[in-house]
Amino acid sequence: MKIKPIIPDRLESISEDAVKGRSLWHDARRRLFQNKAAVISMVILGIIVVLAILAPYLSPWPYDDPDWGYDFPGPPNAELKHWFGTDGNGRDLFVRTLYGARISLMVGILATSVSLLIGVTYGATAGFIGGRVDNIMMRIVDILYSLPFMFFVILLMVFFGRNIFLIFIALGAVEWLTMARIVRGQTLSVKKKEFIEAAHATGVSTRKIITRHIIPNVLGPVIVYMTLTIPMVILTESFLSFLGLGVQEPLTSWGVLISEGAKQMESAPWLLIFPAIFLAITLFCFNFIGDGLRDALDPKDR
Amino acid sequence: MNSGAQSPVKEPILSVRNIKVYFPIQTAGLFSGTIPLKAVDGVDFDLLAGETLGVVGESGCGKSTLGRGILQLLELSDGNVVWMGNNIGGLSFREMKKYRKQLQIIFQDPLASLNPRMTIGDIIAEPLTVHYPELSAEERTQQVKDMMDRVGLLPLMINRYPHEFSGGQCQRIGVARAMILKPKLIVCDEPVSALDVSIQAQIINLIKGLQEDFGLSLIFISHDLSIVRHISHRIMVLYLGNAVEVADRKRLYNNPCHPYTQALISAVPIPDPDLEKAKQRIVLQGDLPSPLNPPSGCVFRTRCPLARDLCAREKPRLQQIDPDHQVACHFWQEAQDQRII
Ligand code: SF4
Repeated sequence: MKIKPIIPDRLESISEDAVKGRSLWHDARRRLFQNKAAVISMVILGIIVVLAILAPYLSPWPYDDPDWGYDFPGPPNAELKHWFGTDGNGRDLFVRTLYGARISLMVGILATSVSLLIGVTYGATAGFIGGRVDNIMMRIVDILYSLPFMFFVILLMVFFGRNIFLIFIALGAVEWLTMARIVRGQTLSVKKKEFIEAAHATGVSTRKIITRHIIPNVLGPVIVYMTLTIPMVILTESFLSFLGLGVQEPLTSWGVLISEGAKQMESAPWLLIFPAIFLAITLFCFNFIGDGLRDALDPKDR
Repeated sequence: MNSGAQSPVKEPILSVRNIKVYFPIQTAGLFSGTIPLKAVDGVDFDLLAGETLGVVGESGCGKSTLGRGILQLLELSDGNVVWMGNNIGGLSFREMKKYRKQLQIIFQDPLASLNPRMTIGDIIAEPLTVHYPELSAEERTQQVKDMMDRVGLLPLMINRYPHEFSGGQCQRIGVARAMILKPKLIVCDEPVSALDVSIQAQIINLIKGLQEDFGLSLIFISHDLSIVRHISHRIMVLYLGNAVEVADRKRLYNNPCHPYTQALISAVPIPDPDLEKAKQRIVLQGDLPSPLNPPSGCVFRTRCPLARDLCAREKPRLQQIDPDHQVACHFWQEAQDQRII
């Protein structure tokens, strides 16, 4: 009793390697690369990252010393290679914007990693164990959710001083709550699938069930949420900087630059415009990539 | 010596004694507590080597729970499951592992029962990696390919993923995974009810063929009487977690003695249009009662046309009315006499 396979018969003559299956990751990657907005965003983001890394080599000006021979602040001037002008202390804005990019991106990525680490562990544990443990763990998350987190971050800053690592930790510690909820929900739904039961029926160990069956199936939404968390964190950091709680001079971030620029918006608009453009573009890019990933990984339109 | 169709001296491969599976359900309200949902409430049966026991009943009657309880995928609240002389009821995960080789399951939803992130080769090979870690990769692949061939899948599809297959093919993958360890018993939990009618027969015949080749015992769970009739040697009718009638396939169809079985059988269409017109359909009144609050006495009494006082007072026990026929009804003789088809 032979059945007719979906795949046409002529493939029977082709070797096995030729019928390599398309995994869901493979499909997702293909769909992501078909999404123009996401691809353009990735390219732009790549360029910003490269610029940030190469910042010291791209301009003759340092990020922390003033150019005594130019206005304080001075408008953009291509001859002097002050492409974005200089700030109120005479420092080159182009270099400072790129150094700001370093800090902003780093805060975004590191804080998100912190949230990822805590959130995935916490959420997967709660979801997998389930029952009473899950109940208690998620009530704790609910309680933390209801605390005014900005207040919490500000308190931390005030007590421990302005420290960049504190910013990472504070932001990550706040963002993990949503991550934990997402991971828990996913784990719960995957845990109920029949293929998990099939694994139990075969005698697969719990550790293998988590690593082989649950985690790969939970990863998709986690990646999407991660991409959407990075811009959120960058924005929060900017907000903190706006309140004067961001990174310390002479280091800078986009938030700090924007907040300084906003003070001199009328007399020296370039101080606001350039960092704001960078920030906006970056946020857009992350959001487009996140959307693209969500569409690509969404199993519904498979 | 008794010379029945199945000689009683044959040792059963599986004996299920009075198994119960209760789920604690949280009650709402101020004084919340838990009350048991009696999904399976005391079921007994024996299964011989190479035999197929069909389990039928409406959805929600506990048939899937029964299958999972036997395989220890759900915790038993009470009762024994004796597998080849060993009680496996309530064994820990570790102790159970050595029996998992012999006991397998095929699921209802073919696609959901396959991990979407694994190739079908890995899926079918997983039981081998768990129980025979000493096998080399080539030996494993060879066994997987042989099994794929046996269940009607092209072995060169080994590196494909589940979503690239149709429902029927996915179920073949499920069958291959269950068969790769050469088990002795497979619980088939509605293996075809999610498939197209045209595919159902193919899968049933595949399972039947494997049973003959490997001497498998099957517990075949379904709500579809005509499918169960096709594949089973004996049939157990389940109602609200209780076995109401167990009989040889022919006897059950020709001489059903429980009012519920009679109603079920009368609802199955007969291929002959004249007979179909002539036959009387027994339409059951009311809905399946909640297993949270089952009726006193006979579980079927709320819908039974023959119900009377005794039925509410006393729970009928499964009694042997013939070597191959057991029924749980106080008035089975009356039911048997009244039957008109
Ligand atoms: S015991 Fe009574 S209620 Fe139950 S099936 Fe028999 S006649 Fe009906």
